[in-house]
Amino acid sequence: MSERKDLELIADLVPAGSRVLDLGCGDGELLAYLRDRKGCTGYGIEIADANVQACVQRGIDVIQLNLEDGLALFGDRSFDVVLQLDTLQHLRQTERMLRETARVGRIGIVSFPNFAHWPNRLQVLTGRMPVTRALPYQWFDTPNIRVGTFADFGVLARRCGLSISDSFGLQSGRVVRRWPNLLASVAVFRFEQT
Amino acid sequence: MPSIGLVTPQQMHFSDPLPLKSGAVLPDYQLTFETYGTLNAERSNAVLVCHALNASHHVAGLDAAGVKGWWDNLVGPGKPLDTNRFFVIGVNNPGSCFGSTGPMHVNAAHAEPGRVWGADFPVVTVEDWVDAQARLVQRLGITQLAAVLGGSLGGMQALAWTLRHPDRLRHCIAVATAPNLSAQNIAFNEVARRAIVTDPDFHGGHFYAHGVLPKRGLRVARMVGHITYLAEDAMETKFGRELKAAVLRYSTQDVEFQIESYLRHQGDKFAEYFDANTYLLITRALDYFDPAAAHGGDLARAFAANPATRAKRFLLVSFTTDWRFAPERSREIVKALVDNRIAVSYAEIDAPHGHDAFLLEDPRYHAVLRHYFERIAGEVSNQGAERRAASKPAPLPAGERPLHPADEGLQ
Repeated sequence: MSERKDLELIADLVPAGSRVLDLGCGDGELLAYLRDRKGCTGYGIEIADANVQACVQRGIDVIQLNLEDGLALFGDRSFDVVLQLDTLQHLRQTERMLRETARVGRIGIVSFPNFAHWPNRLQVLTGRMPVTRALPYQWFDTPNIRVGTFADFGVLARRCGLSISDSFGLQSGRVVRRWPNLLASVAVFRFEQT
Repeated sequence: MPSIGLVTPQQMHFSDPLPLKSGAVLPDYQLTFETYGTLNAERSNAVLVCHALNASHHVAGLDAAGVKGWWDNLVGPGKPLDTNRFFVIGVNNPGSCFGSTGPMHVNAAHAEPGRVWGADFPVVTVEDWVDAQARLVQRLGITQLAAVLGGSLGGMQALAWTLRHPDRLRHCIAVATAPNLSAQNIAFNEVARRAIVTDPDFHGGHFYAHGVLPKRGLRVARMVGHITYLAEDAMETKFGRELKAAVLRYSTQDVEFQIESYLRHQGDKFAEYFDANTYLLITRALDYFDPAAAHGGDLARAFAANPATRAKRFLLVSFTTDWRFAPERSREIVKALVDNRIAVSYAEIDAPHGHDAFLLEDPRYHAVLRHYFERIAGEVSNQGAERRAASKPAPLPAGERPLHPADEGLQ
């Protein structure tokens, strides 16, 4: 996900001039890109001190919060776009966060590592948990407490009453629209509340 | 890290009465202030530092007695608020006891010549202080401050700047502060005030005439205040149930526990230098601060009231173990800003020191401030470059004459 090309492909989903909330914004790279290239404004949310400092250094407005505490700070539909990139899998309350994302933003964009990517499936077939570039951790030290697949997310989104306006996979800096559940290491969804 | 070295306080006299929020006026007053660093040709690199309850204009460097400024770890050459890049102003608020006009000075308007203000000193508010500071800043020839910075009560002043004089600053940096006091905060203040007022040496606030000081009351006031500055865990770690002597004395009045000894020491130190009327005035200013009150208790509406406020940029910082002005209080401010789509960054520092953390040197806290001030410095130098390119000298505000030595090069 840290790859520049992936970042640009996701930025393409954000309309120019949008008001953006980036949940788990890291060092603010995407927000800086959206600000500089697409005239977007908004805030990043981060929990890690080093990332908060990096955002301040870039001049990105960052609010230090634990996403597990919810988004009570933000009103309904107060952002054009809420981004949740490479973050969902770290959160305990996945469903609640997804509902909160849909409440706060008109458009939600989510990305996460796709557990059903074929190399992962192969490794599981050999009897071991996968260790790949998108999932670089051992089963005992992974920060990803929720592993799901491209297909799984579609089910959860329907359950939360979200309508998916676009979805695709990312693999090696390219968009994968054909069999993304099998062929992409990263899943990307764009959705709205129905 | 090097300090600024010796600094000399300056005085500025104001003969124009200062209208106060209460409806009273401060007829004629002087402000004591210090400055560090150099005001640039564009006058765009000035940062005002607002002090809290018991601090003063002496923010950084060493005074004549060799005492370090109260925020010397933050302000100085190469420090997070870098005096090589910024012109920093520290000013003592009126009503305080460190040189600016206060209750220990003579009330020239009184029928009785030489009568000291004492309890008659008008009640001053955070807004009044900010107005007084704004006049000083203007007299220094500064149309717009790069930033106003403050912690605790100083943070309230920084917030009040954005509401009262939004055109005259670009950034507000408010640390360990709150949008108003809670009932518990007011309760602690009231205990402190009662301790002072019921001291037999207080004499209704006119103790100066009796040649005494209500030190007993001040000591207790400081002791109770000091408890609120420390985190419970930090106090436990530092003192626990440690005893002063090897064995218990079974005395109700002697010091038995180290924490008692510590608080008494803090109280004794404080009573030697702080003015009792000032303590009453400043705790009252804290109680009264409530910018949302004029907007039906809605802080977001307070920030919405002036379009210029909405163009400011804010940085808020809180500390997880601060129970006096807890992170929730800073988040209330963040929420009100976010509701207005105002630019704000917020850092919540997991420091163990309670409210006092804002005065201490936590590397995460100082890194956030350093990066934020670096951004401001970048803006300042960009603006400077643009102005120089346009080769237009920065005009002085109408009717203002330059007072600061830095002005000489411009004339």
